[in-house]
Amino acid sequence: MLDRAQVLHVARLARLELTEVELERMAAELSHVLEHIEKIRELDLDDVPPTSHVVDVVNVLRHDDPEPSLRRETALRPAPEPVDAGGFGVPSPAAA
Amino acid sequence: MNELIELTAAAAAQRVRAREIDPAELFEAYRARAAADDLNAFTWVAPRAPAGEYPGDAPLAGVPLAVKDLFCTEGVPSQAGSRILEGYRPPYTATVVANLQRAGAPLLGKTNQDEFAMGSSNENSAYGPVLNPWDRARVPGGSSGGSAAAVAAGLAPWAIGTDTGGSIRQPAALCGIVGLKPTYGACSRFGMIAFASSLDQAGPLTRDVTDAALLLAHMVGRDRRDSTSLEFPEAIRVPRAEDLSGIRLGVPEELTGAGGGVEPGVRESFEATLARAEGLGASVEPCRLPHAPHALSAYYLIAPAEASANLARFDGVRYGLREDGEAGLVSMYSQTRSHGFGAEVKRRIMLGTYALSSGYYDAYYGTAQKVRTKIAEDFRTAFERFDFIVTPTSPWTAFALGAKTDDPLAMYLNDFCTVPMPLAGIPAISIPSGLSDGLPVGFQLAGPAFSENRLLDAAHALERAIGFDGSPARRSGESAARG
Repeated sequence: MLDRAQVLHVARLARLELTEVELERMAAELSHVLEHIEKIRELDLDDVPPTSHVVDVVNVLRHDDPEPSLRRETALRPAPEPVDAGGFGVPSPAAA
Repeated sequence: MNELIELTAAAAAQRVRAREIDPAELFEAYRARAAADDLNAFTWVAPRAPAGEYPGDAPLAGVPLAVKDLFCTEGVPSQAGSRILEGYRPPYTATVVANLQRAGAPLLGKTNQDEFAMGSSNENSAYGPVLNPWDRARVPGGSSGGSAAAVAAGLAPWAIGTDTGGSIRQPAALCGIVGLKPTYGACSRFGMIAFASSLDQAGPLTRDVTDAALLLAHMVGRDRRDSTSLEFPEAIRVPRAEDLSGIRLGVPEELTGAGGGVEPGVRESFEATLARAEGLGASVEPCRLPHAPHALSAYYLIAPAEASANLARFDGVRYGLREDGEAGLVSMYSQTRSHGFGAEVKRRIMLGTYALSSGYYDAYYGTAQKVRTKIAEDFRTAFERFDFIVTPTSPWTAFALGAKTDDPLAMYLNDFCTVPMPLAGIPAISIPSGLSDGLPVGFQLAGPAFSENRLLDAAHALERAIGFDGSPARRSGESAARG
């Protein structure tokens, strides 16, 4: 079961701001889902290796050949605040 | 109905190559229908046919393609069903889409979907739900619901979607069409807006099995931009099989027994299909997948965990929505994400963040990854005795809009029969097996990694024997086109 403090902690980690109503709902819904999911913890999995990748491939590398990438103007076109000097504008981390 | 619309994509391609159909006329016939779409299946429709030479001699012969919104398409809205990407026009095109365009399938439109592919009903789209052409009061399934509805209603000859836990196969089942999830790595994921990277695969949604094979043949292949993609070991062939002699089908008790909550009408269609398979020469026997009942739990830890990491990129800096952060950078991130993401996406980000957070990682994510190993082992063992594992695709037919939106867990249970395969990385196909109370039922076949050709052959033989008639849904699309 997740309590209110845990939900607030996780929301902060996920950079989400939840309203009071969302907070209440989230605690109840996540607890309900986790209750169902918890059953896998009853399985005996002590000697079982975890799967990190389903297909048997190891160390996929490519040649390090220089080639043109996206032009700076192209990459900046969808940005909410492109900066003339050629970067992504953001509010100051120090504000507030 | 316009006779062009009644042709399968493969038949239309053949007629174009034989100079019997003008590909411009074909494109316009579908474009007009897609533009008049009243199922909300499309989020964007091409304003006109592509300029320049028609690729009449290309393998796909100018037969237009509907593309799930989460595939990046250069200069064309690619919003993944999310408010946070409203108006986003990517500067590049997904490899799979580029491959299909090069093979001669021009972009007809982008299709609606659950936000970031999280959902089984298409009700999680920020752009409104898609309606099922068999019954407009019902969901088309999800998350590739727009692609499935568009193909079923004849608003598109064929479409592509993505499948993470069933997002191609389940909507295909609920809309009465064919949907194939390929082996993990068969198709490049480059340019697909990511949900859960160890599970996501692109695949075709088509009117029949032959169309699925034709589309898949031009989707697969290694892409240097996706290091998890692999060279498909053989060419994808046009399926020709007409019987199933010597084919051994395994029916897993764990997925088809009482635990899965299969509706009586779905069970009836499933059993009738097994009988048909036997009639075609297949043997049908029960088999065991002991860990399959735990697949849903493992999936709902692994997929949200990966999603929580993948969706960290939506922070209002490089693309999409930005909300004012009056209190600086971190406040901008939080405000943007809180306003841009819908309820289900927030729920999964929260679940995933929790499962990965300090103190819980081993208990949840680590355990789920071990269950995944056991599920893959179960399949490997089963495939020693069986060619394919078969189940109903979805335990239910299309349900009413709004019927399950208040209970996330009930919605997740819809994926019971489709999540084990992506966890094991293996391919699976859903074909329509009939109707239950006037609604389509899907039959799923799963095979070992890279068994797509054999899977398509078996599905083709069954499809012929079943003789499913999808035309009622296309007539529904026709009335939409007339307005």
